[in-house]
Amino acid sequence: MATKKLNLKDKYRLLTRDLDWEFSYQDRKEAFPYEEFEGIKITDWSKWEDPFRLTMDSYWKYQAEKEKKLYAILDAFSQNNGQTNISDPRYVNALKIFLTGVSPLEYQAYQGFAQTGREFGGIGARVACQMQSIDELRHVQTQIHAMSHYNKFFDGFQEFSHQHDRIWYLSVPKSFFNDARAAGPFEFMVAIGFSFEYVLTNLLFVPFMSGAAYNGDMATVTFGFSAQSDEARHMTLGLEVIKFLLEQHEDNVPIVQKWIDKWFWRGTRLLTIVAMMMDYMLPNKVMSWKEAWEVYFEEAGGALFKDLARYGIRMPKYAETIEKEKEHISHQAWWTFYTHGHATGFHTWVPSDEELDWLSEKYPDTFDKYYRPRWEMAKEMEAKGERFYTKALPQLCTVCQIPMLFTEMDDPTQTCYRSSDYEENKYHFCSDGCKDIFDDEPEKYVQSWLPVHQIFQGNCGGPDVEDILRDYYRINVGTDNMDMKGSPDELRWKEWKGTA
Amino acid sequence: MSKVYIALQDNDVSRYIVEAIEEDNPDVTVIHMPAMIRIENEGFLVVKRETVEEKLGREWDVQELHLNLITLGGNVDEEDDQLSLTWN
Ligand SMILES: [Fe+2]
Ligand SMILES: [Fe+2]
Ligand SMILES: [Zn+2]
Repeated sequence: MATKKLNLKDKYRLLTRDLDWEFSYQDRKEAFPYEEFEGIKITDWSKWEDPFRLTMDSYWKYQAEKEKKLYAILDAFSQNNGQTNISDPRYVNALKIFLTGVSPLEYQAYQGFAQTGREFGGIGARVACQMQSIDELRHVQTQIHAMSHYNKFFDGFQEFSHQHDRIWYLSVPKSFFNDARAAGPFEFMVAIGFSFEYVLTNLLFVPFMSGAAYNGDMATVTFGFSAQSDEARHMTLGLEVIKFLLEQHEDNVPIVQKWIDKWFWRGTRLLTIVAMMMDYMLPNKVMSWKEAWEVYFEEAGGALFKDLARYGIRMPKYAETIEKEKEHISHQAWWTFYTHGHATGFHTWVPSDEELDWLSEKYPDTFDKYYRPRWEMAKEMEAKGERFYTKALPQLCTVCQIPMLFTEMDDPTQTCYRSSDYEENKYHFCSDGCKDIFDDEPEKYVQSWLPVHQIFQGNCGGPDVEDILRDYYRINVGTDNMDMKGSPDELRWKEWKGTA
Repeated sequence: MSKVYIALQDNDVSRYIVEAIEEDNPDVTVIHMPAMIRIENEGFLVVKRETVEEKLGREWDVQELHLNLITLGGNVDEEDDQLSLTWN
């Protein structure tokens, strides 16, 4: 008998929907105990639509093909000493941030989707979460693999996992995911599946990865785009969850809106570091942070929210503040890292004159007025042998855990500072957005593990900053940190290029 | 009307997929960036299996698109013969 090929819809139905079963002797509510705990109302899981209709057999087939392509390129990259073909050794510092700050999030996403998938009563959503969970595990593995090659030739990669749990600036991405994973399953999906995957990861994995290619880093662009090829599916899942929740019950609308407000704000804060990587750490420029933001947030996000308006969903709160921030945050962040460059696991530097000119051109309304004079001053100080490092430890925002580096957007000379009192204590925030998030769930955020507080409480060794950096953070002091100029990374590069 | 978009890795297969997209959606804008190709259109974009097969000169499954896909924007509908993107 000739076998008849099933069409996509039938195949999806048979290999996904039909894998589910009825609960005859167990209480369904006990099997899915978290489904109602956030106040979300689901009336009919069968209304779930998966637009990609990917079944497990095809999933394995295509993922295997992606891996084969990726590993062939990684092999070629290392066999041909690809690290010597990058544009400039300063670029590698962006990869150090990636491995210590982003790759561990892939691992958290793997765990989060495995758990969330388990908690959904609907089979379609469960299967999609399972695939995403396996994807995310693939992402962390391929990233570690790709960067293990750089680890052979550059400093600062060796303790990424240890450092992710400890270093002051790495608590920003870590706590972001911890917050999402400590929420219920639907908030997790709105946080990571929708806000993060649909809109925000694009900014890291698309323009930044294109920039990696432009800087000669074949390994990174390849793992980046390979990961991102799964991302299209993740984005679609995120959007599907939102539409499903909004269609299931009108009572879900205000809950979803509150989560969107919270997670878009948290997400834009988290992306500050990507802004800085794009504007300051890619020697060959593809586009500015501001331009990338306009394409992937304002245009793509704007289209999305216009589409969701039919459900009564509006743009995330503080969209007006967010719009102004694109002119400032990359400069404010790189200045903060530059002045704390003795306490970072990567190198920092004053941009070259050519780079300063590029920034002036890309940020005509803000750079010359507020930021260029600082860099000119830093350059002069460095020329006099007085490269500036601050002595102080920064105050951190209790919610996003970023140092208080942001200014009022209408007055970029004034640090933005908010606070709330809760049970005898005062808590500090970088913005109205972060303060709102705290005020809504103070009992959650009073538990934040804030790296600077931990240092002052004596929980990170010491007593001196250098002891903490060396023993608690496992930074090779004098090798991994400080200015790019005179670093072992720079020296090695000059030897390869015969310019030492 | 908002723009839908799709971005593909710049490689030998994508080249033909882009040709097919341009043929089936005459108004698209194609933007070349390092290592990637971004294609945008007002409101709607379709990738048709038949056209891609014609350009490639071989059989092509719509789900093979995942191998070269970087990102997309719009409501997705994936079927046997085509993948479409729309915004309301
Ligand atoms: Fe991922
Ligand atoms: Fe993802
Ligand atoms: Zn904050």
